[in-house]
Amino acid sequence: MSSLYLDLIRIRFLTMLAYRVNYYSGIIIYSINIGAYYFLWKAIYGDAESLGGFTVAEMTTYVAISWMARAFYFNNLDREIAREIKDGSVAIQLIRPYRYLVVKTMEGFGEGLFRLLMFSVPGMCLALLLFPVQLPTDAGKWLLFLLMLFFSFLINTQINLLTGLFAFFVENNEGMMRLKRVSVDLFSGLIIPISFFPVWAETLLKWLPFQAITYLPSSVITGRIEGAEAYAALGTQIVWFVLLIIPIFGVWRLARKRLIVQGG
Amino acid sequence: MGGIGKTMLAVDVRNLRKEFKVQKSREGLLGAFKDLFRREYQRIVAVDNITLQIPQGEICGYIGENGAGKSTTIKMLSGILVPTSGEIRVGGYIPYKEREKFVRNIGVVFGQRSQLWWDIAVIESFRLLRKIYRVPEPDFRKRMDELVERLRLQELLHRPVRKLSLGQRMRCELAAALLHNPSIVFLDEPTIGLDVMVKAEIRQFLQDINRQYGTTIMLTTHDLQDIEALCSRVVILDEGKIIYDGSLERLKQEWGKGKEILFRFSAPCPVAVLKETTAGIDVHWQAEHDWEAKATLAPTETDVSGLIAAVASRAQIADIQVLETNTDEIVREIYQSGAEAAVAMEETVEATVRV
Repeated sequence: MSSLYLDLIRIRFLTMLAYRVNYYSGIIIYSINIGAYYFLWKAIYGDAESLGGFTVAEMTTYVAISWMARAFYFNNLDREIAREIKDGSVAIQLIRPYRYLVVKTMEGFGEGLFRLLMFSVPGMCLALLLFPVQLPTDAGKWLLFLLMLFFSFLINTQINLLTGLFAFFVENNEGMMRLKRVSVDLFSGLIIPISFFPVWAETLLKWLPFQAITYLPSSVITGRIEGAEAYAALGTQIVWFVLLIIPIFGVWRLARKRLIVQGG
Repeated sequence: MGGIGKTMLAVDVRNLRKEFKVQKSREGLLGAFKDLFRREYQRIVAVDNITLQIPQGEICGYIGENGAGKSTTIKMLSGILVPTSGEIRVGGYIPYKEREKFVRNIGVVFGQRSQLWWDIAVIESFRLLRKIYRVPEPDFRKRMDELVERLRLQELLHRPVRKLSLGQRMRCELAAALLHNPSIVFLDEPTIGLDVMVKAEIRQFLQDINRQYGTTIMLTTHDLQDIEALCSRVVILDEGKIIYDGSLERLKQEWGKGKEILFRFSAPCPVAVLKETTAGIDVHWQAEHDWEAKATLAPTETDVSGLIAAVASRAQIADIQVLETNTDEIVREIYQSGAEAAVAMEETVEATVRV
């Protein structure tokens, strides 16, 4: 069984590789994003040394790391699932002896690995040359970060699965998917670190799963969260991962009953 | 598994029903606004309490007009859809409950949908399917060789699916559905859009695997030649109800008008004379003038040569034309008289039960 999942990851990786133009443009888009946010933050900082507990250098690193992490955890599984439900090809998935959502997650992982190796690593090198990004040298920190990055992927994927599955219940969940996309980018701390939000919003966001996607791992790698707190951050991620399994399971069971296969 | 006699049932369905809730859109701007807050739903019965048993090793044709509920039935039988009510057992499993275990034992082909991966070579898809179904490597090789030979896939194996023609793709789809040697195969319009040659090939192939492995096959189709070539049994569905279930032969006998024979005479011959000479044969005569007459044989009457001999003994025949009602016409007629047929069917079922 595990060899099947490895194969799914491999095939998705190869499929991604087949569309090479996406690959080159991807690196450029990510670098532009990092650049834009770097200059934006520089302007916001002006003469100030530190804002929201971040120095300019920390912020630059945070932005670069967060965008590169996004390249890994980001996927369009919600769109894929919604499309398969709408055009009825989900029927094909259901005649196979595997778990549809696990298969989708594996495919997302293949895509994530592709982006990590093909976008993030070269993109990071480019960013290191262009902007004053300071990466830590502590191997233990990197290891923890990579583990947390994996959970970022899982939690983001879970949210995507949930959003995608809503296509079973509504005729068009396009709006929902857009809302989700904006929410993840904004509330995960990608665009603005959580510590910049007003206190009430910050407290609220700490009770939502989004911060576990970007803010927590990026804070660990930039050294804003250290020691026991870093492990607590990992713990938060694990808790969210486990919690999110429940609604997915429920929605999936409900969805199976609601399924109408369209197109004959 | 209360099988009938010794034969185990591949498909055992009782009072199977599937209802869908479909959103109704109200008219106009106000209606659309109302829809925003409270939707109205319409209940549609796609499959209306059908009962159906298919013994192992049978090829069963499942026909009906578009929207009659054929695909919905197939989707319930293959574990995709959860029935609203009724009992369902396929290959000993309840499909929607034990989906993952159950589907290992079945193969499904949807004529309008591909189950191969679009961007990768056909052989890669097959290899992935091998892993999905956990087919051991030696079995896979053996099976592959056989399928490649029978379906002539050799040249297609290394091409990506998107570069195949429909006929080529369908051959690959069949191979994909049969890689794990399933004991029950559902085919939803497997010959749709294919040319005559490919259709014939596919029919031959299905017949072969049915004979060799005793594979139970259930297929829906709009092409009655598929049915004539393959099926020992045909089930006709109309508005979610089974309106006929039996052999193709019986269908023709019961619904066919029988053979029609058109005689043209070189000398006038009144219809009264014809009736008199053919008094011993179950035939109905029709003539507009004395030069031409149409004989309609009763469906049970098979003595065509007797009829011709009798006519020839009294009249000078210039030309004979034998017209047989084809299955298409029969089925069209059945669709048109759907409701009445359902009643007639229930009567026949009762009759058979009593027998």
